[in-house]
Amino acid sequence: MILALHDFWSAQGCLILQPYDMRMGAGTFHTATTLRALGPEPWNAAFVQPCRRPTDGRYGENPNRLQHYYQYQVILKPSPPDIQELYLKSLEVIGIDPLKHDVRFVEDDWESPTLGAWGLGWEVWCDGMEVTQFTYFQQMGGFDCKPVAGELTYGLERLAMYIQGVDNVYDLNFNGGTSSSSEAVGRERRVTYGEVFLENEKQMSKWNFEVAETDALFDLFNKAEAECRNALDADVPIAAYEQAVEASHLFNLLQARGVISVQERASYMARVRDLARGSCEKYAEKMAPAWKEKYPEWSL
Amino acid sequence: MSDFLLELRSEEIPARMQAGARAELEKLFRREMDAAGVDVGDITVWSTPRRLALIARGLPDATQPVSSEEKGPPLGAPDQAVDGFCRKQGVSREDLEVREVKGRETYFAVKNIPGRATKDLLAEAIPAIIRDFSWPKSMRWGEASRSTESLRWVRPLSGIVALLGEELVECEVHGVTSGWVTLGHRFHHSGDITIGSADDYAEKLRACHVIVDHEERQDIVRERAAAVASEAGLKLVKDEGLVIENAGLTEWPVPLLGRFDEDFLDVPPEVIQLTARVNQKYFVCENADGKLANAFVCTANIEAADGGAAIVDGNRKVLAARLSDARFFWELDQKTPLREHAKKLERITFHEKLGSVADKVDRVAKLAEWLTSDARAPNGDHNLARQAAELSKSDLVTEMVGEFPELQGLMGGYYAEKEGLPQDVADAIRDHYKPVGQDDEVPTAPLTVAVSLADKLDNLFSFFNIDILPTGSKDPFALRRAALGYLRLVQANGLELSLEQAAQAWGGLGQAKLGTRVAEFLSDRLAVQMREEGVRHDYIAASREWQGHTDARTDRIEARARALAEFLKTDNGTNLLAGYKRAANILKKEDWLGIEGEIARTGEEDPLALVDDPDMKAVVDAKMSERHARELSYTPEPAEKALIEALDAAEPQASQAIEKEDFAAAMSALASLRAPIDAFFEEVTVNDPDEDKRASRLDLLARFRAAVHNVADFSKIEG
Repeated sequence: MILALHDFWSAQGCLILQPYDMRMGAGTFHTATTLRALGPEPWNAAFVQPCRRPTDGRYGENPNRLQHYYQYQVILKPSPPDIQELYLKSLEVIGIDPLKHDVRFVEDDWESPTLGAWGLGWEVWCDGMEVTQFTYFQQMGGFDCKPVAGELTYGLERLAMYIQGVDNVYDLNFNGGTSSSSEAVGRERRVTYGEVFLENEKQMSKWNFEVAETDALFDLFNKAEAECRNALDADVPIAAYEQAVEASHLFNLLQARGVISVQERASYMARVRDLARGSCEKYAEKMAPAWKEKYPEWSL
Repeated sequence: MSDFLLELRSEEIPARMQAGARAELEKLFRREMDAAGVDVGDITVWSTPRRLALIARGLPDATQPVSSEEKGPPLGAPDQAVDGFCRKQGVSREDLEVREVKGRETYFAVKNIPGRATKDLLAEAIPAIIRDFSWPKSMRWGEASRSTESLRWVRPLSGIVALLGEELVECEVHGVTSGWVTLGHRFHHSGDITIGSADDYAEKLRACHVIVDHEERQDIVRERAAAVASEAGLKLVKDEGLVIENAGLTEWPVPLLGRFDEDFLDVPPEVIQLTARVNQKYFVCENADGKLANAFVCTANIEAADGGAAIVDGNRKVLAARLSDARFFWELDQKTPLREHAKKLERITFHEKLGSVADKVDRVAKLAEWLTSDARAPNGDHNLARQAAELSKSDLVTEMVGEFPELQGLMGGYYAEKEGLPQDVADAIRDHYKPVGQDDEVPTAPLTVAVSLADKLDNLFSFFNIDILPTGSKDPFALRRAALGYLRLVQANGLELSLEQAAQAWGGLGQAKLGTRVAEFLSDRLAVQMREEGVRHDYIAASREWQGHTDARTDRIEARARALAEFLKTDNGTNLLAGYKRAANILKKEDWLGIEGEIARTGEEDPLALVDDPDMKAVVDAKMSERHARELSYTPEPAEKALIEALDAAEPQASQAIEKEDFAAAMSALASLRAPIDAFFEEVTVNDPDEDKRASRLDLLARFRAAVHNVADFSKIEG
């Protein structure tokens, strides 16, 4: 499936990139999305990004909720006029027939106060299941996107469930093997998603919700915050951005541990926002002269 | 005469915005046509997720020619004036005509504006409509978005069909040009559709699997959803919001019935319905016995080759996953009693300066107990009130409420029932957030009222105590909503609750001032609330003082303002108000403070102390009676005497009525002063050269003013 998407988007002129090597809640955090959404340069890229959402963990007991899963991200800047058609073609490429399955664009605007970003778009439904988030970025890091980028985020597990017709994510056939017998060897032997990830989900859910030492998490959060500011002061906004991503994940872990109240939540979010937004801003400001040189019409 | 068709095609328009967009399109179209002088008759506006369409029947082919004459300056006027006139009229100087007006040669601008082809007007109107269109949220897109000046639309605008009769209205907006061509259903039809005119538009689209009339789609959803349910022997739970939403999500709606595993029915029906409706936009169904059935109706946008089997199966899976989540939470939460859940509230900060939610619960419990035991609120059992309050927030740490925050309270109620707690305790837990909105029902069950009031009061006292108040549009802790909830609870239950006492019960005897501050805030909210039902806010302002202090009882303020409103509707009321204003103006002009002022003048007491010191009332009263008892040094005029007598009679009557909080009676006591005060002004000269007479008469007016103030502060009444 990933290979089919790579083929398809590569043929549309996308660079094929690799995942960002940090814990993050969504592919949107990848610098290939956030930072590249800034500035005037065209940018078309596709990549897989593992995502961690501690609060979504269900100890492996829910058929389609996971605290760790994979997103396929496509970013097209500027957004091409036929972006919806391209997207629908990509669904057909991975085996979804829109005359058999009900594919719908349902309003879902995206807003990430954390990133000082927002966009309008839809969640794409396939028979009632959200399989893709489709967003036209309007602002990033508090700056207007000029031009606007279109972002497609496929939920790979969910799409695979449709294509394979299974009810439970852990039953997904991971390798296309045909035999479930323990005697089978090589390509024949079917390996399920559960065999790969179930134990991981169980243990990580437990850690996220019950085990993780909250004082240490608070401490790490504060340290990431300090380091982000340090990097900003040193004018290395990409490094600062990484610390903001780290802080954001730590905040999610603290949420999962249930130690942040509704009221405090707002203040933590504001702190993460200041970091992420500050990094994006700094990045845009640092890059602006070079962008201006190439695109004299453009301004931040 | 020709019919005009306009279709604005875009990527999917959010369902909730379509009704507003239809109204906006019609409004702007009428605006443009009115401005151009085109008569517009019937307009039909339709919407689908991918298009807005407008058909205007019987537009004239051209506008009427208009001629106008404007009179300008006379011949020989300065050049500046003539040039200015030309500029204003948009004509050149050579075009001016000279005519004689009353013997003076005068310039005239005569304009003959020829009729214009409607097609040309429309070509200008369409870009204006698109540019001025107001969406709740709009966006930029594509290459053009390099500039922030690029066109904004709800989603990318991809096509315009504009036909007058059978002719194309040529126009262009930000790179989108008008044409005859549109698209059909996203999946059921590929390729272009060429529209001939307004007449074949809907039918051509229908042939390509698009029902452009939203009402027709709504009818289909409504009727077919009910039909598929009844074919399965079930009754659809009606939900007009879902009908409209599903019609707004589809161009070719096909309701389909699916089933979910019966085991999920253990989960409370509200949870199932919420999950189905909010997350999936499904209808739910009932069995013949009125219980929720294990069925849902989803609305597909295609006529699937397999009759929708795959679609139903897919939707079933999604719902199963959602319900499985819900059941997981439902079962997990019940393993822990609410009292145990409550302990976890210690870990949740309510507010950094206000401690944990557990701390809040303690405060609420204390207040709920006070409210019931002091019988100032309802006659509930104070032990049960405390118990309900202590458990009221426990569901916040349950998994279910974590997932569906809108179920707070409701789940607590369910879990309390499951635990076997008394029904009225469970009810109080369930309903203690009420009333939430303007139309929400107001609790009347004693325990619920106590916990609900205590919860709202604690929010108000707590945040006011750390000086976090709503400002402007900012009210992050929903204190205005808490205030409104408090007011409605007090109103619906006829409570006579002193905020000063409540604040003391909340935070100790030293907190009376806090009660006053909250009372002031609540009176402001009361004024807003009552203004909505037509009671003027200055009537509230006139009723906010009680015995020289801010009244700590909102019910009393309200009762007084209502009595005042009634009184000022009567002739007696308006005339008395006029008399009051006159008396007050004279006293102000003369700088006459009356008895109270005399005390100040003689330096017996600091006049400011009067406001705060209840003991002063006795002093003032003593002074008053002394003064009243004093014989006048002259023979009063009849009207003067009559006013004195009227006051002698009205003052004690009004005072007694006020004492009993019978404001209507107090007002009618005042009404008896109306004729005497009118006659007094008619017949008596206040500013008599005799200093003694003048002083006595000013004192009399001051006494009249004080009598009125005793009932309500008429100085606050505007107009």
